[in-house]
Amino acid sequence: MGMDFSTLRTLISRYCVGEENWVDSRTVYISHKEPPPGTEAFIQQRFPDNRIVSSKYTFWNFIPKNMFEQFRRVANFYFLVIFLVQLIIDTPTSPITSGLPLFFVITVTAIKQGYEDWLRHKADNAVNKCPVHVVQDGKVTCKQSRKLRVGDVVFVTEDETFPCDLILLSSSRDDGTCFVTTASLDGESSHKTYYAVQDTKAYKTEEEVSSIHATIECEQPQSDLYKFVGRINIYMNNEPVARPLGSENLLLRGATLKNTEYIYAVAIYTGMETKMALNYQSKSQKRSAVEKSMNDYLVVYLCILISKAIINTALKYVWQADPNRDEPWHNERTEAERQRHILIRAFTDFLAFMVLFNYIIPVSMYVTVEMQKFLGSYFILWDDEMFDEELGERAVVNTSDLNEELGQVEYVFTDKTGTLTENNMEFIECCVDGHVYVPHAICNGQVMPGSDTIDMIDTSPGPDARDREELFFRAVCLCHTVQVKEEETVDGIKHGIHQGKSSSFYISSSPDEVALVEGMNRLGFTYLRQKDSHMEILNRDDKVERFEVLEVLSFDSVRRRMSVIVRCSTGEVYLFCKGADSSIFPRVISGKVDQVKARVEHNAVEGLRTLCVAYRCLSPEQYQEVCHLLSRAKLALQDRDRQLAEAYDLIEKDLILLGATAVEDRLQEKAADTIESLHKAGMKVWVLTGDKMETASATCYASKLFRRNTQILELTTKRTEEQSLHDVLFDLSRTVLRHYGGMTRETSSGLSDDYTDFGLIIDGATLTAVMRPGQEGSNSGNYKELFLDICRNCSAVLCCRMAPLQKAQIVKMIKTSKEHPITLAIGDGANDVSMIQEAHVGIGIMGKEGRQAVRNSDYAIPKFKHLKKMLLVHGHYYYIRVSELVQYFFYKNVVFIFPQFLYQFFCGFSQQPLYDTAYLTLYNISFTSLPILLYSLIEQHINADILKKDPSLYKDIAKNSLLKWSSFIYWTALGIYDAIVMFFGAYFLFDNTTFTSNGQLMTTNTQMMFGNWTFGTLVFTVLVFTVTFKLALDTHYWTWINHFVIWGSLLFFVVFSLLWGGIIWPFLNYQRMYYVFMQMLSSGPAWLSIILLITTCLLPDVVKKVICRALWPTTTERIQKADKLYKGQLSEFTPLASLHHQPKAGGLQRGSENQRNAAHPRRSDTPIKKVMYTRWQRSTNYCTFTPLPLFANGSKRDSAYGGAESETSV
Amino acid sequence: MVRIKKESPDRPDNTAFTQQRLPAWQPILSAGIVIPGFVLIGLAFIGVGVGLFITSRDIQVLEIDYTGTDQTSDCNKCTNPNTKNCVCTLSFNIDTLFKGPVFFYYGLTNYFQNHRRYGVSRDYKQLYGDLANFKDPSTDCAPYRLDSRNNPIVPCGSVANSLFNDTFKLYQIVNGQRNVVPFDGKGIAWWTDYNVKFKNPDVTPLQNAFNGTVKPLFWTKAVYELDFSDPSNNGFINQDFLVWMRRAALPNFRKLYRRIAEENYTNGLPAGNYSLEISYNYPVLSFNGRKKVVFSNVSWMGGKNDFLGIAYLVIGSLCVVMSVVMLIVYAKFKFPEDD
Repeated sequence: MGMDFSTLRTLISRYCVGEENWVDSRTVYISHKEPPPGTEAFIQQRFPDNRIVSSKYTFWNFIPKNMFEQFRRVANFYFLVIFLVQLIIDTPTSPITSGLPLFFVITVTAIKQGYEDWLRHKADNAVNKCPVHVVQDGKVTCKQSRKLRVGDVVFVTEDETFPCDLILLSSSRDDGTCFVTTASLDGESSHKTYYAVQDTKAYKTEEEVSSIHATIECEQPQSDLYKFVGRINIYMNNEPVARPLGSENLLLRGATLKNTEYIYAVAIYTGMETKMALNYQSKSQKRSAVEKSMNDYLVVYLCILISKAIINTALKYVWQADPNRDEPWHNERTEAERQRHILIRAFTDFLAFMVLFNYIIPVSMYVTVEMQKFLGSYFILWDDEMFDEELGERAVVNTSDLNEELGQVEYVFTDKTGTLTENNMEFIECCVDGHVYVPHAICNGQVMPGSDTIDMIDTSPGPDARDREELFFRAVCLCHTVQVKEEETVDGIKHGIHQGKSSSFYISSSPDEVALVEGMNRLGFTYLRQKDSHMEILNRDDKVERFEVLEVLSFDSVRRRMSVIVRCSTGEVYLFCKGADSSIFPRVISGKVDQVKARVEHNAVEGLRTLCVAYRCLSPEQYQEVCHLLSRAKLALQDRDRQLAEAYDLIEKDLILLGATAVEDRLQEKAADTIESLHKAGMKVWVLTGDKMETASATCYASKLFRRNTQILELTTKRTEEQSLHDVLFDLSRTVLRHYGGMTRETSSGLSDDYTDFGLIIDGATLTAVMRPGQEGSNSGNYKELFLDICRNCSAVLCCRMAPLQKAQIVKMIKTSKEHPITLAIGDGANDVSMIQEAHVGIGIMGKEGRQAVRNSDYAIPKFKHLKKMLLVHGHYYYIRVSELVQYFFYKNVVFIFPQFLYQFFCGFSQQPLYDTAYLTLYNISFTSLPILLYSLIEQHINADILKKDPSLYKDIAKNSLLKWSSFIYWTALGIYDAIVMFFGAYFLFDNTTFTSNGQLMTTNTQMMFGNWTFGTLVFTVLVFTVTFKLALDTHYWTWINHFVIWGSLLFFVVFSLLWGGIIWPFLNYQRMYYVFMQMLSSGPAWLSIILLITTCLLPDVVKKVICRALWPTTTERIQKADKLYKGQLSEFTPLASLHHQPKAGGLQRGSENQRNAAHPRRSDTPIKKVMYTRWQRSTNYCTFTPLPLFANGSKRDSAYGGAESETSV
Repeated sequence: MVRIKKESPDRPDNTAFTQQRLPAWQPILSAGIVIPGFVLIGLAFIGVGVGLFITSRDIQVLEIDYTGTDQTSDCNKCTNPNTKNCVCTLSFNIDTLFKGPVFFYYGLTNYFQNHRRYGVSRDYKQLYGDLANFKDPSTDCAPYRLDSRNNPIVPCGSVANSLFNDTFKLYQIVNGQRNVVPFDGKGIAWWTDYNVKFKNPDVTPLQNAFNGTVKPLFWTKAVYELDFSDPSNNGFINQDFLVWMRRAALPNFRKLYRRIAEENYTNGLPAGNYSLEISYNYPVLSFNGRKKVVFSNVSWMGGKNDFLGIAYLVIGSLCVVMSVVMLIVYAKFKFPEDD
């Protein structure tokens, strides 16, 4: 549908709130010629030059600006503060420990951003220095693009890109039009027609053009690509002539001139003021649920950190109350310290403790999460299964911040046209006054009223009817905005209109229109071209008819119709109007309304897209009035849109109905299969469409959104006309709740096949009524709640007749409802942009309606079917990976820092660090960073095939289940347990015993005592090993990379420790670690205790895992086990549904089901697989089998279990 | 419509890595693997635990407190801080042979050698023999950096200043005769400490290097006077000094003082009466500390430590118990897939 521009318009105007009322305007002197004296004096404004600056930094401001940008992030700022505190006060750890990681992170980010900016500079330079042709003093000269100024007259030849926003003055075509493709702006590859100002279109040479004396008044630049108002004042013979300028005169920077030899145009917006530049605004940031949990955890840890510091500070002063403890003779303070005020001392101590424990919130977590997201998103890009050969497109990731959100989706809002369907329109039939015409595929200029398909409502067409019929065909041929593209070479893909003649094909922004014009071609009327504002039609008798196009009342989604006013060769003036039935019927005064209406409804039920066609004869007086109305509206500088709409409303009335057309839009490949999978995965799928209810619901049935047993609830204008909205809502909610009240027992099985589910249909008008904020009394405000309640209990909802903004409203309503579900919106057109941006995750389909949706989406996929893999596989993996990443990071830092906290109790709360500086610094950067990063990139707990085959696994991770507080507490508790084991294990080995290296291995009779650094190193060694092994235990997918990284990290730790302690490092002013690690390794008890402590730390987690797996296995775990048993062949043949977690009861009835099951062999498997299969059968005795679907026929079961791709298409 | 059959340039690479299909080992922590694993680990741990426990039990330890808070103790007289050069004697007897080599430790309690302020108060460069730091010790050493007349202290800092200065002499009483039990003070510190980490300045005689410096305030003799008899045990590489400079991890600690492995005592201390002569210098009562001496012998696994053996036994048995629990769970809720 061609309704998309207005959506975008509303959308963009939402962005630039306030600019609507911007009355400021600018005046442009064409070729910088002053207006003749006597005219209103303008103050010449200063305009920027045509330089495009997309780079953020310059060479000089890079460092300060980039630093500022980076430290604006809370995390970085926190670490900076810690670092500064370390520099200022006497702290336990060297500033290097937090400075180095911070420096590392900041530097890496700065390098990355610097590189990106350098690329931008390069691109900017390429653009800014490219040559443009400018008319100066009657000559065309060449200039660098950046030197272009407002008011310059630019000369552009075919296939060149416009260097700035231009007003078309004249073109090489006689009618002053030019064709433009805006593919690089909004992705629409169709050719759009732009018009030169009527009074200047005759100036066709550079001399002539430079003689133009005119000024242009227009609004200041705004970002709406499709909106422009202005006025040109031409001073020809002293008398200035004012002409309106609209978006049809404005050529945008970035668009390309096509099919036109050359044009002259004047620059009005340059550089950063062009609409293209204004549209490069950053999109609003979406944050994923995982990120929110992460921030919550962070707050908890910050609280822990602060309370740890407070506790220790308080205890320190309690403990020091005895002066001999505070300052024993062997450990005296300096005089300066003694004189410091106690409060200052306490505060310094507090800061010192903060510094000591600050590692609990590691810098590297942010870096790792960001790297994981960035690198991980490449797997989406690389996915070959999401590559579409037909389009030659692969998935696109516009933001990697939301990868894991793909695994959390609860509501899917999908567009219908182009998303569920192919948006590949095919003309099916038309109906003129009740007579149905079906074109045959091979019927050249011959009317074939399809003999068997014709629906004879009326008697056979008489001569009068034949006139009407031809009028209808002409109307369809004329009432459109299709262009004819003529191509010299015959391209195999394109459709030729006429064999033998020069090949040409139709282009339009609306596929419906192309389908209609092509359909007319097959019915005998061929639209040839538009030339000199005349449309040419080849009629049935191969004669060319010419119609002068007087006005085009273009399409918009509010009116849902378009009209043309033409004058035939006989001089009569007609208005032809084409539009949705709902917008045509109220304006019709005569014609066979009932018959057409019946046919339209019939077609809509079949799932066809219908349009009605009507006409009106305009008398010369009426036409004058129309012209008057339109020109007044068009000249308005303000509120032009509204005035135009009003004018259109006045003009498109008193129509005579001609007939209706029907166009089919086929379902996309595997759309039904995908929807079914989404349903099984526990997602609620809503279809939001602008289409009419009958068409949309037919599509819904075809795509299995509604099943045969779905009980449809209607909430439409039709019903609310009979009953009040209030009653209808209460009725519906009663129905739904009664049903569910009685069904709770059965439905708990979680499978949707065995009970009737509900489907709701609501239309735009009713929705507005429901959403209207309470006006009379309090109870109307409850409608929304009530409505939400009903929706919550429906597995599928169809919203038809939706305006684009309503789509976003619905998404917002669900998003903000009390469960705060995660929503996903998917669509292909500009009318879906609003909901794509509103939803948590927005997915664009690379459809035929341009690139608007793709550009504004978070992810883009070629086809709807790819959504399945996107959510069920990629989303699932990313969620598992990120949640482990987050939990593990907090865990490993608790284990890291908690022993240090405990150590304070044994060192007089003196902030003595337990570990050496190098260990404190490198723990998060290098010893434990790579394994978790690699885990979070390549972990696969279950094979991708199984995930795809068994969508219900998706439910296992629903509602952010892996990051619930309970699991967070488990991880933290595990961390604290491990920390306690490590610390007190080491403590009891050191305390009051001679835990020493006896050195007997090297020299007899020597013995060496260990000091505090050995104590710390022992704890640290256990720590690094435990934490790494814990990750190894969680890894389900050991590729060579995992082995390399995990064992490599441990090896690195050992090698580093040996090196660090093995050399007197000249740059260090302390040598406390010298030989500490080696001496520790030379001690037998140290080895024994390391082994003991690691085992003890890991023990409870292993036991918990095994017991939980045995007692309360999740579906995921059952399938892992089964997959393991069948050595990865599970995915190929096993009925996974049987593995689902079922209440353990009644084995008898299940046996019978097994027999039935056996009676339906699913596939002819290879013999080996058959053996496996029978094994499987035996084993199912122990677990419940899926309740049989209501339709117990074999083929359906096939598709349910075997994954056979049976696709129903309309 | 003819579809052009050619490889699209935008097609993603079809490799195992990009398609996330790298060959992988996919282990699962299922009962079938874990139960036997636990039994094995448990048994191994119990074995090690028993070994450790028995070894540890065979180690003899004799610990004597000589703080002198007890009125009956001979050292009580020395607790008065005003008494100078106090010497007290402790008598004890050994019933059976104390197997050698016997290690002789002194122990301190409630002494926070791991206090941060205490710990940082030293100058590594000075102790490495860097003469520049003799003149200008590191500021870390405060408040023991300069004396009241602004002379640099060498070795500076709290740790060095508080060097343990009680000395011990052990006599075996044989027929009323006091036989000196010879002490061996070599190799009680880390080899790397006295060979690499600590160095005396390259000046002969050593004393000259210390011109213009003062000895630590608490000390009665300078660092170059610690052991005149043996230059390799004098100055910064004096092993008693090195033992002290290695800070203990916990507030109650022992430090090695001497080994008894020479002359008649190579096999250990024979049964009999002994007398320990202590020159009591080190004040601990002000901070409620205690002083003790410990005689101990060691095994292959170090000194006496019941904890390690017991911990091994406990964890080992826990593993076994857990495997039994899991076995019960497994038998009761057995899943067919595990067949």
